[in-house]
Amino acid sequence: MPTITLNKSVIENLVGKKLPLDKLKDRISMLGTDLEGIEGDKIHVEIFPNRPDLLSEQGFARAFAAFIGTKPGLRQYTIKKSGFKVIVDPSVSMRPYTVCALVKNLTFTDERVREIMQVQEKLATTHGRNRKKSAYGIYPADTITFPIQYIAKDPTKIKFKPLGFHQEILASEVLERHPKGREYRHITEGWKKYPFFIDAKDKVMCMLPFTNSNDTGKVDLHTKNVFIECSGIDLQNIQVALNIIVTTLADMGGEIYSLDIVYSNKTITTPSVHPTKIKLDLPYVNKRLGLQLTEKEAVKLLGRMGYGYANGFALVPAYRADILHQVDLIEDIAIAYGYENFEEIIPHVATIAEESPFDVFKNRIGQYLVGLGLLETNTYHLIDKEIQTTWMKLKVEAIELVDPVSQEYNSLRYWMIPSLLHVLRENKQHEYPQRIFESGTVFMHDKAVEETGIREVMRLCAMSTHPDADFTEAKQMLDYVFRALDLPYEVVETEHASFIPGRVGRVVAQGKNVAFVGELHPEVLQTFGLEMPVCAFELNVNEIFALLQEKEK
Amino acid sequence: MIFNKIINTLHPLERKVLPHIAKHATISALIDASKLSETEVIRAIQWLSNKNIVTIDVRPVELIGLDENGKAYSKIGLPEKRFLKAISAKPLSQQEIVKHENVTQEEIGVCIGLLKRYGAIEFKEEMKIAITDAGKALLTTVLPEEHLLERLAKESRNVSALTLAEKEAYERLKRRKEIIKTTPIKVRTVTLTALGEKLAKIKLDAKGIQDRLTPQMLKEGSWKGKTFRHYDVKINVPKITGGKRHFENQALEYIKRIWLDLGFKEMKGSYVQTSFWDLDTLFVPQDHPARQMQDTLYIGSGTIERGKLPPIYKKIKEVHEKGGNTGSMGWRTPWNEDEEKKLLLRTHTTVLSAQRLASLKKEELPGKFFNAGRVFRNEAVDWKHLFEFYQVDGIVVDENATLKHLKGYLRCFFGKMGYPDVRMRPAYFPYTEPSVEVDVFHPIKKEWVELGGAGIFRPEVVIPLLGKDVPVLAWGLGLARIVSGYYNITDIRDLYKNDLKQLREMKAWMRV
Repeated sequence: MPTITLNKSVIENLVGKKLPLDKLKDRISMLGTDLEGIEGDKIHVEIFPNRPDLLSEQGFARAFAAFIGTKPGLRQYTIKKSGFKVIVDPSVSMRPYTVCALVKNLTFTDERVREIMQVQEKLATTHGRNRKKSAYGIYPADTITFPIQYIAKDPTKIKFKPLGFHQEILASEVLERHPKGREYRHITEGWKKYPFFIDAKDKVMCMLPFTNSNDTGKVDLHTKNVFIECSGIDLQNIQVALNIIVTTLADMGGEIYSLDIVYSNKTITTPSVHPTKIKLDLPYVNKRLGLQLTEKEAVKLLGRMGYGYANGFALVPAYRADILHQVDLIEDIAIAYGYENFEEIIPHVATIAEESPFDVFKNRIGQYLVGLGLLETNTYHLIDKEIQTTWMKLKVEAIELVDPVSQEYNSLRYWMIPSLLHVLRENKQHEYPQRIFESGTVFMHDKAVEETGIREVMRLCAMSTHPDADFTEAKQMLDYVFRALDLPYEVVETEHASFIPGRVGRVVAQGKNVAFVGELHPEVLQTFGLEMPVCAFELNVNEIFALLQEKEK
Repeated sequence: MIFNKIINTLHPLERKVLPHIAKHATISALIDASKLSETEVIRAIQWLSNKNIVTIDVRPVELIGLDENGKAYSKIGLPEKRFLKAISAKPLSQQEIVKHENVTQEEIGVCIGLLKRYGAIEFKEEMKIAITDAGKALLTTVLPEEHLLERLAKESRNVSALTLAEKEAYERLKRRKEIIKTTPIKVRTVTLTALGEKLAKIKLDAKGIQDRLTPQMLKEGSWKGKTFRHYDVKINVPKITGGKRHFENQALEYIKRIWLDLGFKEMKGSYVQTSFWDLDTLFVPQDHPARQMQDTLYIGSGTIERGKLPPIYKKIKEVHEKGGNTGSMGWRTPWNEDEEKKLLLRTHTTVLSAQRLASLKKEELPGKFFNAGRVFRNEAVDWKHLFEFYQVDGIVVDENATLKHLKGYLRCFFGKMGYPDVRMRPAYFPYTEPSVEVDVFHPIKKEWVELGGAGIFRPEVVIPLLGKDVPVLAWGLGLARIVSGYYNITDIRDLYKNDLKQLREMKAWMRV
C-alpha cells in the first residue's frame, strides 16, 4: 500500500485549523488512513487502496477538513467548456479509452511540480494497477495545438524525444533505452502498435504506457495551464482518476475546463464531477451499526466524510472510487461517528459450542504419546521435494509449488517421517534418547476429491532415536496406542525402501491399512547425516477415526 | 545446637571421612585411612565442602610412573649394568654382549656412551670392550636410577615428592627411551575450616542415624525411634525432562477454548483451495495485487494446476461483474474463469468462513463459528516473516448482529489473551464494510500493536453464499505475535525450529 508524505503546515493551511500533535495523530488514524509517523513538519501516512483520492495533500486535506468539521459537506467544483477536442482513433484497441481535461491559471512551485508528479505516479501504481489498467499524463497546455489525436502507430515508424532525452529516437527504442520503457514493457507484450497522443501540428505528446515527450510533456515553474489525459482499458476507472487529478489541481487554485472526446460512435465531454446518488436507507444503517441515528444526525455524519445529501439520497463525490453499495456509506458514517465511540456488547445469543470431533480425537491420541515421554514437534507442511523422495530412497508423486520464494520448501509433504527425520537432523547436538511425535496433514493427488483433486490426510508419526532404538520400541509405542483405542490390529510383513528389509510392517485393522512401523534404513539415516538408529511408526488418523466411528454405531 | 543440626545432615560417607582429615589431607591419604573407594571419598568431601566444613584446594601436578622399558628394567636391571656384567669376566665385542646379556643393539649405543662417561669401560683390539676398575666398582654400587625404578615399580609418584637424588635420576631417565611416563593430574588437598575443626573433635557416631527408609523397615516397624539423616534440601538435583505438547499447540488449545466457551462451533476445511473460494467468494477483485505470484503459493510443477468450480460460481461471477442481486455496482471488470480455477494454498482462514456460509442451513441461524489454522504466503523467511503461520477466524451470522457486537467479541477474546485494552481503527478489506483494524495495547512495550482485521461481511459476499442479506461479523487475527510474545521469542522462526533443548525447557502456557 502506498505511503505518502504530507507537509504539516500545508495541511494546516488547507484544513484551516491547527491541531495539537496528539489529536492530529489520533484523528489521522481514525479517519481510515494509517499513520506511520510524524517527523518535524513531515507526516507519513499509509493510504488504503480504496481511497486513491487521498494520495495528494489537497485530497487528504479535503477529507481531513470535513472529518474534523472545519469544511464539512460536498465540495463544489465548476467546470467551464474549453470547446477543444480529442479525437480517438479506433486503432487504439489495446487501450481503448481516454478521458481528458484542461486546468488553467495554476501557480507552480518546485514543490508543487514534484507533488503533482508523485500523485500521478502513485495513482498509476494503485488505481491504475501499475499502469496495467490505466496510466495518466499531465502536459503544459500552451505548447499543444488542438485538436489532439489519440492513435496507435507502428513504433518503428515514429520518432520523438522521450522525457529526459535530448534527441529523437525511434519509439520502438523506448522499450530498451528509456527506464520507464524497460519497467513497463511487460504490459505491452504482443502489441504491434502503441498508442500515442499527437497534436494538430503532428507533435508527439507521449507514448503509452511509457513516457511523455520531452518537448510537450514537461510541467515546470512557468507552466500556468495543463492538459491532462487518463487512458486505459476501463472507462469508469479512468474517469475517477481524472476526477482525482482535476479536483486536486482545482484545490491548488486552478480552473477546470472540459474537452470533447470524440469516439467513432459517440462523443463524451470530460471531466464530469457530478456526484452520484445512493439511496440512504436509515433503518438499514442503524441496524448494521447498532445505532439510532436520526436523518439529521446521519446527514451531519455524511457531511463529515465529504458527502452531500438531498431528498433521501447521499451525494457521492466524483473522486471517490470505492462506493459500490450502501454499505460503503455505512462505513463512512461509522468512521464519522467514531469507531472509538461504539459500545462493546456481547449479545446473549444461545448457540451451542462444538469442537471438531476429529480434532478432539487427534489430540487424545497425542496425549498418550506425551505420556510415553515423547515431545511434540511442529513442522511445516512444505518441505524440499528431494528430502521426501531421493533422501528416503522413494519415488512418490509429491505435489509441487509454482515458484516458491523459499526454494528449499518447494513441495507439499506426502508423508510425515521425512519431516521428523529432518527435525532429528537439526538436533544431533542435543541429549539422547530423542523421542518425538507430530500429527500433521499430508497431501496426495486423488481424482476422486472434488474441486481440487488433492486429498489431505492427517497422519500421526512417532519416532525414537538413541543407540538402542529398534523395531520393538516402535511397535511397543504403536501397541500402547492401539490398546488405548481398544482396536485389534495385526502387523503384516511388507517392503518399504525407506526401512531395513525384514524390519518393517504394515499395520492392518479391520481389513484396512492404517499404519506402518519399522526401523529406518541406514542409507536413509546416512543421507540425513544421522548417527544413531531410528525407529518410527506413521498412522493414518482419518482411517482410525472412521473405524472407531463405525464401531460406535 | 547448630552442630547438631549439621551433624544430622551428614551422610554416612561424610561421617567416615571427616575424622581422617586432621587438618590437611590428600585424597589418596583419605582413601587409605577410611578404606573407602575413591568415588566415595570424593563425593564425601564434595558434600562436606558444600556444607562449608572443608575447603578443597586443587593443584595440577605431574605424576610419574614407569613406561614399557622402565617396567622391564625394574625386573631385569638397567641395560648398562647388564652390559658391565657381560664383560666382567673378559672383554667382548658388541655382538657378543648382545648375545650374552640380551641387550638390544639400540641399548648398546646408549650404554657405551653412558659407561664411557663413567670411565667404566675401555676399547681393546678387535673392537672388544673391557671393564675398568671404576667399572668394577660401579657394578657393585646401587645407582640412584635403580632406586627410583624400584620405587616407581611399586607406585607412581608425584614429581614434587622426590628427593634431590631421585629428582636428578628422574631427569636422566626421562631423556631415555620409554622408561618414564609422565601424566598431568590434579591433586586435591582437603583442609578443615574453622567449623570443620570443631566438628572433627566431636565423635560422630553413625549408628542410630538412618540413611534410607526401606520396605524392610516398614514391614518390621523398625523405623520407630530412628533418626533419619537430614538432607540438604537446597541442593541442586539433576534435571529430568518428559514428554509434552509443543508450546504453540498449548497456546492454540487455549485459544480454541476461548471461542468454545463463547458458544462458537469449530469450522474445518482444506489447505488446498481454488482461487475461487479463497478470493472470489470474498469479493476480492481479480486484479487485486494480492493475487500476484509473490504473495500466493500456487500449486503445480511449472504451470499452475487448475481445479473445478462448484455450481455457485455463476452467482459469484454476476456479483463481481455487475453486482448481481446484491444492490451493488460490482467491480465492473471482465471475469476470467481460468483465473478462478487456479489451485493455491489458502492465504487466509477466512476462506473457511466463506465455505461455512455457503453450507449453512436456515435452522443453524443464529450461528457462531471459528477456526484456528495454518495459512500460507509466498514470502522469504526471516526473523519476522514465515511462509506458513496460524490465523484465527470467526464469524457471527445473526439477523441482529451489529458493529457493537463485533467490538464486544474481540474485546472479550483479547482480554482473555492478556490484552484488556483493545482499539478499533478504520481499515480496508475488499470483503468487509465497515472494515476494522484491531489493535491491542501492549502492557510492556506501552504501544498499540496491530493484531488483525475484522468487519461485517459485504452483502456482495453474504448474499450469493447464504441466499440473503444477514449481517455477518467476521475477523481474521494473527497469532504469531501473541504466541511468540508470551514465550519471549524474538525470532519468529523459533516457532517451527523444533530445537529439542528449547522444547524440553520451554515454559508452559499458563493463561487460564
